[in-house]
Amino acid sequence: MNSEKKVKLTIPEHEVMSPGHLACQGCGASLAMRYALKALGEKTIVSIPACCWAVIDGPFPYSAAGIPVMHCAFETAASTSSGITHAMSQLGQDDVTTLAWAGDGGTFDIGLQALSGAAERGDNLIYIVYDNEAYMNTGIQRSSSTPHGAWTTTTPVKHYKKGPKKNIVEIMVAHHIPYVATANIAYPEDLIRKIKKAKEIKGAKFLHLYAPCPTGWKHPPAITIKVARLATETNVFPLYEVTDGVYKINKVIKNVKPVEEYLKLQGRFRHLSKEEIDFIQQEVNKNWERLVKLEKAFGEDSE
Amino acid sequence: MKKVLTGNVAAAYGATAARVNVVAAYPITPQTTIVEILSEIVADGELKADFVKVESEHSALAACIGAQSAGARTFTATSAQGLALMHELIHWSARARLPIVLTNVNRAMAPGWSIWADATDSIAQRDTGWMQVYCENNQEVFDTVIMSYKIGENENILLPTLINLDAFFLSHTSQVVDIYDSERIDSFLPPYNPKYKLDVNAPRSFGALTSPEHYYEFSYLLHNAHKKAKEVIREVGKEFGKKFGREYGLVEEYKCEDADEILVTYGTIAGTTKDAVDRLREKGRKVGAFKIRYFRPFPDEEVIEVLSKAKKIGVIDRAVSFGHEGPFLSEVKAALYESGNYVPVYGFVAGLGGRDVSIADIENIHDHMINNEPENLIWIGVKK
Ligand SMILES: Cc1ncc(C[n+]2csc(CCOP(=O)(O)OP(=O)(O)O)c2C)c(N)n1
Ligand SMILES: [Mg+2]
Repeated sequence: MNSEKKVKLTIPEHEVMSPGHLACQGCGASLAMRYALKALGEKTIVSIPACCWAVIDGPFPYSAAGIPVMHCAFETAASTSSGITHAMSQLGQDDVTTLAWAGDGGTFDIGLQALSGAAERGDNLIYIVYDNEAYMNTGIQRSSSTPHGAWTTTTPVKHYKKGPKKNIVEIMVAHHIPYVATANIAYPEDLIRKIKKAKEIKGAKFLHLYAPCPTGWKHPPAITIKVARLATETNVFPLYEVTDGVYKINKVIKNVKPVEEYLKLQGRFRHLSKEEIDFIQQEVNKNWERLVKLEKAFGEDSE
Repeated sequence: MKKVLTGNVAAAYGATAARVNVVAAYPITPQTTIVEILSEIVADGELKADFVKVESEHSALAACIGAQSAGARTFTATSAQGLALMHELIHWSARARLPIVLTNVNRAMAPGWSIWADATDSIAQRDTGWMQVYCENNQEVFDTVIMSYKIGENENILLPTLINLDAFFLSHTSQVVDIYDSERIDSFLPPYNPKYKLDVNAPRSFGALTSPEHYYEFSYLLHNAHKKAKEVIREVGKEFGKKFGREYGLVEEYKCEDADEILVTYGTIAGTTKDAVDRLREKGRKVGAFKIRYFRPFPDEEVIEVLSKAKKIGVIDRAVSFGHEGPFLSEVKAALYESGNYVPVYGFVAGLGGRDVSIADIENIHDHMINNEPENLIWIGVKK
């Protein structure tokens, strides 16, 4: 090893969040917040509804986030943040970023109405959903973000989840907000760039952030990043952004890996038959083709 | 400045005079005009505030909670179904010790759909930790909005207030109201400046996971704030009286001094009861009226002091706690039990779903008390 060689950091070195939080080993959501706060800095106020992060930050009187944290009711991440951002504006603190930080259950399901309201009103906030594809806080129940084929405690192996996960990104694009993007903890540079970009835009911004949960997905904590990266390398979770309605795929995978490689690392998919895996592969292909068409039709180079 | 205003306009003008920073509200009959007027006042720039046109009452209160936590003075208004939809956050805002002010137009709960007066909606919020006031007239609505900020924002109190006004009888009925602009109110109500708020220069977490080690004390402190609030309500009511000529307390007595029978009630029925008392007095009956303004904190001291001197008490509720009796009746009886003075108490339920309660009804109630033994639940005018 050459001790002279210095690693050049490609993401901000400054840490806002402290260690000593309560996340499980290998938690994708805790890493997600750490990166998000590197992008946003200390002048940020976050609303956190009921979700794993309501625990991760620490019990009273502790807090790991390093910024003001407003714990709020499960379905109110967006509406609470709406209140905060309007207060900031009235109190002359427009330089403060208002962040809503919720799980997939709090976003795709119970909080969807409040999110839709805030987006339509154009309230000046960044809404980030960290997606671990189930209700993890309450012990791994299905949400409308749980993908086809997955085991959860309410979709047990004999009756595993049938049907696709909700396309939250398209729902948010349909609100005509200035910025909607996907990001993945396995691609921190892309993630941080997108959050920084969102910070500079006025209005409602939405990020769909992919964050594996070893406890709920039944994979070893050590391979969280590997699982997350495979989600993008298999086109299960493509990285793209929609800025003022203009689509841009941020990462086109040259040698797309078979979905099976992603699925087989996770206990939640262990029961799947060959046919089911083939079906999931076809769905992933279809979704990818659809996205490519969208970029062609509504991308920078489109008419 | 005297103006002819409905109760809803009085509420909106109260919030304007209190210089609220953020309003978040959602329309529902018969509260809607509060939302309409305030949105116009804000859009016209007469009130420097943000009006968040939310997609539900749930989001309305959530937005107020967020804004108030960030240091803004907030206002919202609703009625019946909307208040019920807010319920989770009604608890939240009280436990978070946020002095939000909400005017609730008392309306019956569905089904059947009813837009008319009934106090069941607010009574159902009894144990949330909010202070609750019931108004008799539109002047009281305006004054109470102003006073509620001053009381709630007191650093020893930090509690939200639910101000109730009866559907249509106040919300849509015009009365003469003496109103003041914000300059006049400023000398009475200082700007909101909470000690703890969401502040990027002093980051704290609010409302985190709380173990049995601490939760119990949070509840104890919330209750103590209610106890202390009684004194603050009396003081602020007196100060308001000095400044604006109308004094308020937790209760209001009317000809109770020498009364043998006292009729206890709240909301607009209190006004009707005063008129009935005048008529009954003309007939030589020694009767008085006792209006309860604050349901929470409950004014047991005043109730005991005034009511334990009477020979009979009648409590008229525009609500019923199903399977039991009128909710105010329960409170009055409990307070009298506490005093050790067991005056016979009659419980009347009247006017549910907006049915009219007339002066004649109140006179009949008094006749009933003279001629019958006490009962807990006497239905007035029920069609059997
Ligand atoms: C109104 C309401 N219903 C249900 C709950 C219980 N609850 C708390 S967290 C949670 C699931 C959260 O799932 P998600 O949003 O995906 O976040 P995660 O736990 O996965 O991080 C549920 C159902 C609640 N707190 N409030
Ligand atoms: Mg989840």
